[in-house]
Amino acid sequence: MEQRGTRIALGVWVGLVLLFLYVPIVVICLYAFNKSNVQSWPISGWTTHWFGSAIHNGDMQQALWLSLKAAALATVAAIALGSAAAFGVHRFRFFGREAVSFLLVLPIALPGIITGMALNSYFTFWKLNFGLLTIVIGHATFCVVVVYNNVLARLRRVPGSLAEASMDLGADGWQTFRFVTLPSISTALVSGGLLAFALSFDEVIVTTFTAGAQNTLPIWIFGQIRLGQQLPQVNVVVFLILAVTIIPVALAQRLTSESGILRTE
Amino acid sequence: MAAGLDAAQGLSPARRARRRVGGALFRRPWLKGLALLAPPVGAFGFFYIAALVVLFVSAFWTVDAFTGELVHRWTFDNFRTLWQESAYRTVALRTVWVAAAVTVTDAVIAFPFAYYMARVAKPRVRAALFVLVLLPLWASYLARIYSWRLILDHDGLLNWSAQKLGLPAPGIEYTNTAMWVVFSYIWLPFMILPVYASLERIPQSYLEASRDLGARGFRTLRRVVLPLALPGVVAGSIFTFSLTLGDYITPTLIGGTSSQFIGNVVYDAVNQSSNLPFGAAFAVVPVVVMGAYLLVARRLGAFEAL
Repeated sequence: MEQRGTRIALGVWVGLVLLFLYVPIVVICLYAFNKSNVQSWPISGWTTHWFGSAIHNGDMQQALWLSLKAAALATVAAIALGSAAAFGVHRFRFFGREAVSFLLVLPIALPGIITGMALNSYFTFWKLNFGLLTIVIGHATFCVVVVYNNVLARLRRVPGSLAEASMDLGADGWQTFRFVTLPSISTALVSGGLLAFALSFDEVIVTTFTAGAQNTLPIWIFGQIRLGQQLPQVNVVVFLILAVTIIPVALAQRLTSESGILRTE
Repeated sequence: MAAGLDAAQGLSPARRARRRVGGALFRRPWLKGLALLAPPVGAFGFFYIAALVVLFVSAFWTVDAFTGELVHRWTFDNFRTLWQESAYRTVALRTVWVAAAVTVTDAVIAFPFAYYMARVAKPRVRAALFVLVLLPLWASYLARIYSWRLILDHDGLLNWSAQKLGLPAPGIEYTNTAMWVVFSYIWLPFMILPVYASLERIPQSYLEASRDLGARGFRTLRRVVLPLALPGVVAGSIFTFSLTLGDYITPTLIGGTSSQFIGNVVYDAVNQSSNLPFGAAFAVVPVVVMGAYLLVARRLGAFEAL
């Protein structure tokens, strides 16, 4: 065991790092209630006035709607492709098995501008119009790996004897899948899906290359911050996003103990 | 024969059909594997790999100066421009340099934190810390950058706090220093988690053995813990390094006029001057840097720690 002094020093360090991690999050939450439309510290007065005007902002609503649609579709695609890949890789030994993992992780291992640019030029090449479809394709590329990692990690932990027992008891392949395999991976699927949704909902870099003239919510926020427009409303939107994204992520965390992108076991 | 058996068991026609399909798949496992893997691999091949190939090929094309149309003629002009124009070299070096600084900073911050998590904290505290590290990772990326913009602002929290403490105002808004701080902040969880995972895997008996053999705390740390934790640090550094290399949002919002990253130049080339080939050529730089980095990382055993 470490010496007492070392333990205390490490504890203090942990406290400081947590402070570093959370002060910015607290600060942005406080600014949402800033009365003044000048963003300076200390905040001189408090109000909830900006919530109303932010929520009724038409551009923001459109961007939000597009983001929700894109995230929902990207999540569906990610669940379908990611879990299929996880089952395939888990069940079968074949040449190039490692290559599948590598292929799926590539979109998050490569810098975001590469994925964005590659898709941008590729869609232009196919004369595809930039819009919801191109945004969804872009998001799906990096969401698949989240579902894949979650489901694969779970499959490796579920003993194969369960499925064998089910078959021995006379269930056919479909029944075994429906009543044994699916329930045992369902929480991994849900948590992978939630994380994929959160990832898509928050993405900026790839989206700026695949959205064309459309605004997703992060692109709208990015634009407003860069131009310094409607900052009180941006504060509120950002606060609400933080509040809302915490929920699916905390939920996903409860369902599995996976971190999503990083395999930590 | 199998169908006859099913009929003898008195199964419904639908179930019999399902069994026959199941049996056929069972006898030919490759067919099932193919059915499972073809959609994801096919989709990735068609949308992603093909797109990457087109991107790299287009780096060797050029744009007609008058019509603005792509010219499909093989040339190294883009790469020559990159090499000869000192402005682009500066941008590339700045990007790599900041990415390296961020990686080292995060490793230094993360190691004691992860050590505490893995070897000092009780299970419940450890679980709480795990969630506390994870949440910022998923909390809106833009929100966190924007918050730093407010904190670092001339009238922001940082300068105000310094003034209250009687210190000179740091005044680092819109500088490369600000960018370094914010990047280190944003990617820190990506470093903590793999380092924690690698530290947690070190058996307690190794540390006891080291002490039994007469090593003091510091020596055990240097000769036993650090080498075993290295793959985790390298795994984390893949994220911090790659994510910084490919970012252009933070330089735009946090950096100043001389904080351009490769990403900014690439973005402008594609979206403003519509010179896709040049953007593609410049984008090759982070890919090559990352490729070299991954090769080194693999030798250090980082892939097992991912």
